[in-house]
This record gives sequence, structure tokens and C-alpha cells, in this order.
Amino acid sequence: MELLLAVVIGVLYATGIYMIMRRSIMKLIIGIGLLAHGADLLIFTLGRIESTKPPIIAAGEESITNYADPVPQALILTAIVIGFGVMAFALVLFRETVRVSDTGDVQEMRLSDR
Amino acid sequence: MALPLIVFSGFLLALIAAVIAHVARRATGWLLALLPLGIFAYLVRLIPAIADGQTVVTEIVWVPSLKVNLTFNLDGLALLMALLVSGIGALILIYTSGYMRDDPGIGRLDAYLLFFMASMLGLVLSDNLFTLFIFWELTSISSYLLIGFKYRYQTSRDAALQALLVTAGGGLAMLAGFVLLSASADSATISTIINDNLFSSSSSMYGAVLILILLGAFAKSAQFPFHFWLPNAMEAPTPVSAYLHSATMVKAGIYLLARFTPILGGTTAWTTIVVSIGGLTMLLGAYLAWQKRDLKRILAYATISVLGTIVLLLGIGTELAVEAAMVFLLAHALYKGALFMVAGSVDKAAGTRNIDGLGGLLAKMPVTFVAALVAGLSMAGLPPLLGFIAKELEYDALLHEAGAYPVLVIVALVAANALVGVAAGLVVIKPFFGRKPMLKRDPHESPLSMWLGPLLLAALGLLFGLMPALVDDTLIVPATVAVTGATELEHLALWHGLTVPMGLSVLTIGLAVVVYLLRNRLQVMTKRTTSGRFGPAHFYEWSLDWMLRSADKLTLFLQNGNLRVYLNVIIGTAVLLVGSVFLFYTLPDMTLNTDINDVSVIAAGLSGMIIVAAISATLFRSRLAAIAVLGVIGYSIAILFLLFGAPDLAMTQFSVETLTVVVIVLVIWKLPYFENLTKRGDRIKDVVIAVAAGLLMTLFVLVITATPLTSQITPDIVADSYLIAKGRNVVNVILVDFRGVDTFGEITVLSVAGIGVFVLSRLRSEKRRRPDDDG
Repeated sequence: MELLLAVVIGVLYATGIYMIMRRSIMKLIIGIGLLAHGADLLIFTLGRIESTKPPIIAAGEESITNYADPVPQALILTAIVIGFGVMAFALVLFRETVRVSDTGDVQEMRLSDR
Repeated sequence: MALPLIVFSGFLLALIAAVIAHVARRATGWLLALLPLGIFAYLVRLIPAIADGQTVVTEIVWVPSLKVNLTFNLDGLALLMALLVSGIGALILIYTSGYMRDDPGIGRLDAYLLFFMASMLGLVLSDNLFTLFIFWELTSISSYLLIGFKYRYQTSRDAALQALLVTAGGGLAMLAGFVLLSASADSATISTIINDNLFSSSSSMYGAVLILILLGAFAKSAQFPFHFWLPNAMEAPTPVSAYLHSATMVKAGIYLLARFTPILGGTTAWTTIVVSIGGLTMLLGAYLAWQKRDLKRILAYATISVLGTIVLLLGIGTELAVEAAMVFLLAHALYKGALFMVAGSVDKAAGTRNIDGLGGLLAKMPVTFVAALVAGLSMAGLPPLLGFIAKELEYDALLHEAGAYPVLVIVALVAANALVGVAAGLVVIKPFFGRKPMLKRDPHESPLSMWLGPLLLAALGLLFGLMPALVDDTLIVPATVAVTGATELEHLALWHGLTVPMGLSVLTIGLAVVVYLLRNRLQVMTKRTTSGRFGPAHFYEWSLDWMLRSADKLTLFLQNGNLRVYLNVIIGTAVLLVGSVFLFYTLPDMTLNTDINDVSVIAAGLSGMIIVAAISATLFRSRLAAIAVLGVIGYSIAILFLLFGAPDLAMTQFSVETLTVVVIVLVIWKLPYFENLTKRGDRIKDVVIAVAAGLLMTLFVLVITATPLTSQITPDIVADSYLIAKGRNVVNVILVDFRGVDTFGEITVLSVAGIGVFVLSRLRSEKRRRPDDDG
């Protein structure tokens, strides 16, 4: 199981990194999305996949045994929501950047660093 | 506890000096001088005990683990320096109140002066290497503030920065020397290192320690090739030049040499380096001094020469030479402090410091003239002044040396002393005699505050010359003993009889008179040699310039604004570093979990879909197709979450993914199309880096999942989830209960992002806003 997910994570990172290295600012957005998915899956896999039983205590019980780890799940829940915030903010920021700089080429937005 | 009080009271008074100046106005200098006067009186009371061989030690433990403690030790050498610092400090503060009369900057100047005085007292009293360094740098900083006092002028700022860079740079070298010294001696207390012989010239560190500490001393005491900062420091107000740049701070390097003579001195390396640098500086300063026209610059170059002479004497290091150095140090502080103050008074009265534009002030400023004359005679080394005794002792010390090099040194010394004598003649004779040139102002005698200091210092030079016994056993001998450990020393005397030193003195004075009379003709000959375009000052400017330009180039190279370059560097570095550790250290000793028998058909199918979708996202030419594919990946991952027992994640992922696609589609019509802008070669390079990074992540996951997770956090949380937190969905309980504060933070981040999105999407120029655009 781990091997399969490891390959998926690897592909998501590779494609995400390739996309954020493009000069077209739209591709940068796609790259950020791919990387966010890769990161979510990475945290999930690092929590080990030992059970497919959700960490929910059944009614009438006080605890459970043999459950999927809830701690990485809580972290990923946060990551998904924050990832959405980043994406939304990046989108409007890029839109304004394109409007102000009048170009969609990242290479031509170098003046801020010089 | 008296010693720390001496040091820190100055810092405290400096803090409120500006307030005092605001209230006390013209009385400020007299009022503030009470502190240094008190310190001076306290130190004078200690003279008999110190002369008796006692020392006063106070230690305040500060950072014992780093051997940094506030250890103060008052011995003969420290006492001599501390008396000069406090005594001249009091006179300078009084002088400043006249010099800066009605100038609103006086509070600031007095504060800096007190700050310097406290730092300098701390420097000479410190017995700990590192506190000595701290006070050493504090004097550099106060010197920076004082030279740059007239900060509106570019020349002042440049001179201040130059002095700071040179002296603090030397200080850093000295710190490195201190670190090596304390490490190999296993002690940072100077007196302990000396008394217990913890460091000797046979140590493997000796060479490095010697060079580093000498660099610090030479930079501070304006020795060749660092001498150039001192004449430029004359940009400071004249009281500062009198105090820091002739009488006290520039003596810090000499103090350091004297202090470390028992540890580092006496070797061939020490003698060779210190004598040659000192001798060179002595000649250079003397050669340049008499050719200058500005009173302060004449005095500054003469100071360089004298500092060189004292360094030379310490380099020779015999008991007699050290004694001569101590006498000369005292004599120079007295006469040079006085002459600088005289130069300031003349400047104030006549409006110029150029000796060609001055003359005939004798009738107008008789008291100032007396101070100038007496101090000038001491500078020229004429009897019956202390300067004469110092010079006799210098010759005497050299004549006691055997071999050929003392002869060479004596010749150099006679020449330097003669030229300094010419400089003294210029400073005393030119402004006060001769015809009176047209002046911008009508000169008049200075007020009491401005002639008291120079007259008192000059008078002391005369008094100590006439009655050397006053300072002999009380100051000079204890200071010399602290440096050399000697017991039998020659007593100072004005008249030794018709001896060889006497003959050399006569020769010196004769030479000085001849050069003085022929100075105009000689200057034509020497002019060409002094207009050099090379030398340390040019090297300083060139290297400062070079540093700034290189920093510029380096910044442009590293921070070029090209996002792809940044990413290449960051990701490439991470891949290379982590990858090589994995390949060479981690992977050889472990077996990875490559078992795929537990993979279900659905999981395999979803994974395959994600992989295909991700790769196709990089290939699509259409924005919308890429966004759709991104959505496919998100939903597939959501189903994977569902499969592996994470229904909360799946639900969140489904809704967020839907929202993301909606938001992107809403914004996308304002964004540019996909373009293929990168060159083919660059694209291949990017693919290589990206694939390498992806492979690294795959390996990373496999390496980590190969070791079992042994965490007590999860079982604890699950056990407490219902019983304590009363929640059945453990993931939800973590978010709202166990990690509730985190969730608050997350809400805050999202709100900020939301506000940002709102503001950015409404951002319009006021001018462009049309009436119907409202709301």
C-alpha cells in the first residue's frame, strides 16, 4: 500500500514543482494546487495506513480499538482548509499582479527584487 | 565596589547629561566635571597604597560559563591611565562649556564625552579579556559619535565611519586573539594568566595571538599602516581631539601593549614587529607633521609620531625603555591635551586654524599664549619640562642596548624628536608672533573655562619637570613595575650631568632650530613626496568602494528576481543534500516496505487516475482542462480518504475541491491564457529537477513508513476523547478540543485571507471609478 501512495505522492510533487517553475502565471496556480494535494497525501501516508476503520467511537461504547490514526487526519483537515485559503488569495493576487504589470510572464516581474 | 562605581557612574551621568545641560546651561561643564573630579580625587587617595605594591580588585560574576566576568583590577599601570582619563576629562568638560557656549548641542557632546570617559575607565580597569574587549569597542563607538558630532557634514560622517571601521576592525582581530589566548591559557583573567604563567611564547598559539592582539593595538593607536584615520578624526570638535585623539583613547593601544608585555613580550617576534612598526610610525608622523598648515593636523601627525615612539619603546621592552615610555605617555598627555585646547581657543578667537592666516595674537591672548608656550616647550623637549626628562630617558634606554640596531633607532629617534620640535615651534610661534593678518573676527582672550585646562596641564608639565620626584615613585615606578615586574628603577632627574643623552638632546634641539629656520626651502623639496596617490588611505577607500560594489553584484546575482532561478536553487539544493544522505547513509542499511499485495483494485484505479491526471495537467494547452483535471485529482484523493477510514477528510475535500474549482473559474477570465514561454532546453532541465524531487519524495515516504510509528499521542487522545472531552468523532474532538487554539489560529488565517481576497478584488484606482461602479 505504502509503495502505491508513495508513487502517487512523488508524481504529484514532480508535476507540481514542474508547474511552479513555468513562466506562465496560470501554470503557477495549477502547480500550487498539485503541490497542495501532494502535501495532504504525504501527511496522510506518514501517519501509516494500518486500518480502514474511521476513528469514531460507536454509541454506547467508551473507546475503540484498531482504528485509523486521527491525529494526521486532524492535521490534514487544517491543511485542506488553509490550502483553499492560499489558493483563493493567490488567485486574486495574481489577477491584480497581471493587471498592474500587464504581463502573464513571471520572468518579466523581476523588478520588485532589483 | 568602588571600581565598578567609578566605571558605571559615568554611563549613568551620560544618560542624563542632556537634561542637566538643559537646566544648568552655561554651568553645565563645571557641574558635570564634578564626577571626573571625584573619581580623580578618589584615585589620588589610592596612590600610596598602589605605589606600595597593592592592587584593588573587584569581581562581579557575569557569565561564568563563558569566562566573562566584570573583573576590575587597579594596579600601577591602570592607575596612571585612569588618572589621566578622569583628570583630563574634568578639564575637557569645563573647556567644552566655554568652547560650545550657547551651542544647543552641548548636552549631546557632554553626554558622548562622559560615555567615552566611562568606557575608557572600564577599559583600563578591566582584568577580564572579554570585558576589556567590550569597553574597548565602546570607546570606538563613542569616538565614532564624537568624530561625527557635526553630522550634517559629509566629511565628518566619512571620518567617523573611517575611524570606526579601522579601530573596530582591529578590535575584532584583537577579540579573536583574546579567544585563542583564553582557550589555550584556560583563563580569561589577565592577572591570573600573568601570575600563574598560563601562556608562554612556546605555545603553538603564540604567533597567532601575538599578531591578532598587535593588530588591535596598532589600529587603535594609529600605527602604520592604520595611521590615516587619526588626522581625519580632527573633524571632531576640538575638545574631542584634545581628549580622545591625543591624550587618552589613542593611548589604549599603548595600554594594551604594556598590559600584555608580561604575556607576549620579550620574544624576537615581539621586538622585531613592535619596534619596526613603532619606528616607522614615529618617522612618518614626524615627517608629515611640520609640513601641515592646519594647527590640528600638525598636532595630529605629531601625535602619531609620539605614539610610534612609545610603541617603539615598549617593543624594546627593557625596564628603562618601559619607564621612558611611561614618562613620555604622561608628558605627552599633558602637553598635547593643552596644545589641542589652545588650538581650539585660537580657532574660536581668530576664526581660522591655518597657521598662514594667523599671527600676532600674543597681545590679545596672553594667558592662552603662556599655556601654549609652556606646553610647546615640553613638546619640543626643552628643560626644565617633563618632555625633556622623557626624551633624556628615551636616549638613555637606547644607549643601554648593545649591538648595531640601537644606533639606527637612536638616529631615527633624534630625527623624529627634532621634527616634532619643529611642529611645536610652528604651533607656538606662528599664531602668536609676527604681523597680524586680516582676520574675520576681532580676537580676544578666551574665558576662564577655556584657559584653565590648557594652563593647568601645561603647568603640571612644568611642575613635574622641576620636581620629578612628585610623579617618580608615585606613578611612573608603579606603572613600570606593573609592566616589567622590575624592582630596581632609575630615578627621574632633570639634571644628569654632561652625559651622552644630554648631548643627544642638544643635537635634537639644534637640528630642530635648523629645520625650523629652513622649513620653507625644505618644504619645496619634500612636497613631491607627500602628495602620493598610493598608501593605506587610498587602499581603505578602494577596498570600501570595492566591498560596496561587490555586495551590489552579489545581491543582483543571488536576488535576481527570477522565480525559476530561486526555485531551481532551493529545490536543487534540497534534492542534492537530502538525496545524497539517503543514498549513502540511509538506504544501504534498511529494507523498504514494497509489499503491494494489500492494494485493492479501487485504490489502484484511483491512484492510476491521479497519476494520469497530474501528468496531463502539465501537458494541457487549455486552462480549463487543467483546472478540470485538478478537480479530478482532488475528488480521487477524497475517495482515497474515504477508503482509508477518514470520512471527515473526504467530506471536507469534496466541498473544498468544488469551491476551489468554482473560485478559479470565477477569476480565470481575468487571467492570461497558458503560454509556452520557456525554451526547450530549460524545460528539459526543469523536468529533470522536478522528477528528481518527486523521486526524493517517494523515497522519503518509503524510508519513513519502513519504521513503525511508536507514538503515545494517538492512544491517549482516543482514550480521552469520549471520557474527558465527551466527543465520539475523535478527529472533530482533536480540532475543537485538544487542539482548539490551533483551530482558532486557522480561523484567523482564513479570515485574513478572506479579507485579502475581498480587498484585492475591489481594488480600483479612485480616478478610474465611474459613478455606476459604486458598491
